[in-house]
Amino acid sequence: MTSLPTPTANPLVDVNLGELERSLQRPRTLLNALLDLLVTAMTVLALIPLFSVVWMLAVRGGKKLSAAALTQLPPAPLEAGGGFGNALLGTLVIVGLATLGTVPFGILNAVYLAQAKPEDRLATGVRFAAKVLTGFPSILAGVFAYGAVVLVTGGFSALAGAVALSILMLPVIVLTAEDAIRAVPARMKEAAIGMGANEAQTAWMVLLPTALPGILTGVMLAIARAAGETAPLIFTALFSNYWLASHGHLALMQPTASLAVLIYNFAGMPFDNQIELAWAAALVLVLIVLALNIAGQGLSRRLPE
Amino acid sequence: MAEAVAREPSSAQRFADAGFRRLCQIFAGATLALVVFIVLRIALSAGPAVREHGLSFLTDTIWDPNKGRYSILPEIWGTLYTSILALALGTLFGVAAAIFLAEGFLGQLVYATLKALKLHLRPVWSTLPARTEDVLRNLVELLAAFPSVVYGLWGLFVVIPTIRPLCNWLHSHMDWIPLFNTPLAGPGVLPAVIVLSIMILPTITAIGRHALVSVPAKLRMAAYGLGATRWETILGVLLPTASRGIFGGVVLAFGRALGETMALAMLVGNANQIRLSLFSPANTLAALLANNFPEAGPKQVAVLMYAALVLLFITLLVNVAGAILVQRAALRAEGGR
Repeated sequence: MTSLPTPTANPLVDVNLGELERSLQRPRTLLNALLDLLVTAMTVLALIPLFSVVWMLAVRGGKKLSAAALTQLPPAPLEAGGGFGNALLGTLVIVGLATLGTVPFGILNAVYLAQAKPEDRLATGVRFAAKVLTGFPSILAGVFAYGAVVLVTGGFSALAGAVALSILMLPVIVLTAEDAIRAVPARMKEAAIGMGANEAQTAWMVLLPTALPGILTGVMLAIARAAGETAPLIFTALFSNYWLASHGHLALMQPTASLAVLIYNFAGMPFDNQIELAWAAALVLVLIVLALNIAGQGLSRRLPE
Repeated sequence: MAEAVAREPSSAQRFADAGFRRLCQIFAGATLALVVFIVLRIALSAGPAVREHGLSFLTDTIWDPNKGRYSILPEIWGTLYTSILALALGTLFGVAAAIFLAEGFLGQLVYATLKALKLHLRPVWSTLPARTEDVLRNLVELLAAFPSVVYGLWGLFVVIPTIRPLCNWLHSHMDWIPLFNTPLAGPGVLPAVIVLSIMILPTITAIGRHALVSVPAKLRMAAYGLGATRWETILGVLLPTASRGIFGGVVLAFGRALGETMALAMLVGNANQIRLSLFSPANTLAALLANNFPEAGPKQVAVLMYAALVLLFITLLVNVAGAILVQRAALRAEGGR
């Protein structure tokens, strides 16, 4: 029979169990609770602008939003009514042009990058270039398009705006599409090659269709980014108070209005009507950008595992 | 005899394959060429101005189109001043939000509430903590989705009227502090800094959260096992371990702040001066470009291209540094597993 420890040898006897209780009177615990509170308060504070922006857009933008605002031309100073129909159309045309140019360009780049061997120096260079463009200030895209298109063609145009925007869209499309193509299971690619498909057939019939949701996500995000950009457009597409047409034809080589530039121009005007229209245009622009973002994220959620 | 299923690729197929591969390669090369072309285009257009104004362009403070004298020290100062202040503010709140998200504060709060209501094991309610965390993360990311011109509009009509009474009170009572020695008439440094910090916060929070959750779980467990409180663990173990990743995010956010245009063009006041005061108008490189390009004549275009070149150089430097830091932190985190 083993001897039980004597009561005096029990280490628990000398311990004040109350000291082990969690209590806010202890400085360590108090500091912990205070920091909990502080970080919660700071996070709430950081989200206040979000709610404020949404609230202002809904109240001030919603007040003016109507079919007339969406379809009419901008009003002259002190004129009542009017809208931003030409700016909405202009944004769609400029972003559409940029998308048309960038998507094939970006996807072919992504196919090359995803198929490239790790030691391929061209691929490393392109990836680096794409990353540099990701952090490229959007105003410099405008400066470039001004130098390369506006000065060459002799005037502000929708085309120049589209060139500026496509520089900002390209890296988003290239990098997300490369990830999407790389995420295609290797066994599918190997099966295609095993069946005797060559590289082009593998890319067209296996890789691109499988990676399509991911690629579309990147395209949507790129369009969303481009639609909201102002800085590259103020001195490439400039602005116009008229429809984007001459003699019934779509005119791409003349100054073109866009929602973002309209907001910028009207926000600085001393006329209430223009300021109200700027808020309504901001609401429309935010809705477009958010819809594209949500559509893009919805697509990537359906991506096969 | 059965016909062979397999056959040699036809010459058309061979041609299509080679052509497609070559096409991809050409387009990849074109991307590289595009970046080089962008830099060259801006540098070449700036050439005449670089030759005419030289380095004094960077160190003088006069911008006078009538006399043909141009220099951008106030803009360089304004760009750095607003960006650094916004970075300080954005980092403070961004890291706090990153900790809040990475540590699951909200989820725990919701869970505690549910437990008090005895709902925490019910089928639908039990997923609520995880879902509120998702919502919160998306809300922070939503901050990044608003176009910057919308932030500019919001800053003009909400931020400036809101902070003006406080700023002018500070000015009238404490104008011996250089930060407060001018009144806030309208646009100025402080409203620009506030809006800018909101715009860079999502970048810092997203990268910071990622760095914090990639800290190996064993470190956290070891700290708790030694009896550390939650905040002793966060401040003593998690933040130091994640600091490289967070710092990389901060540098990337700095790059964004330097190049941000619209919010600043609308809020900073476009005044060509160097002041320490938070309430005085100032100017930044990007805002200078945005305001002057639409009406620039050929001579001024060259000058503006020079300014653009300076901006390009600064942002490139900061962005490459940030990208390298984030990449190194990611490699280290992988090695630590």
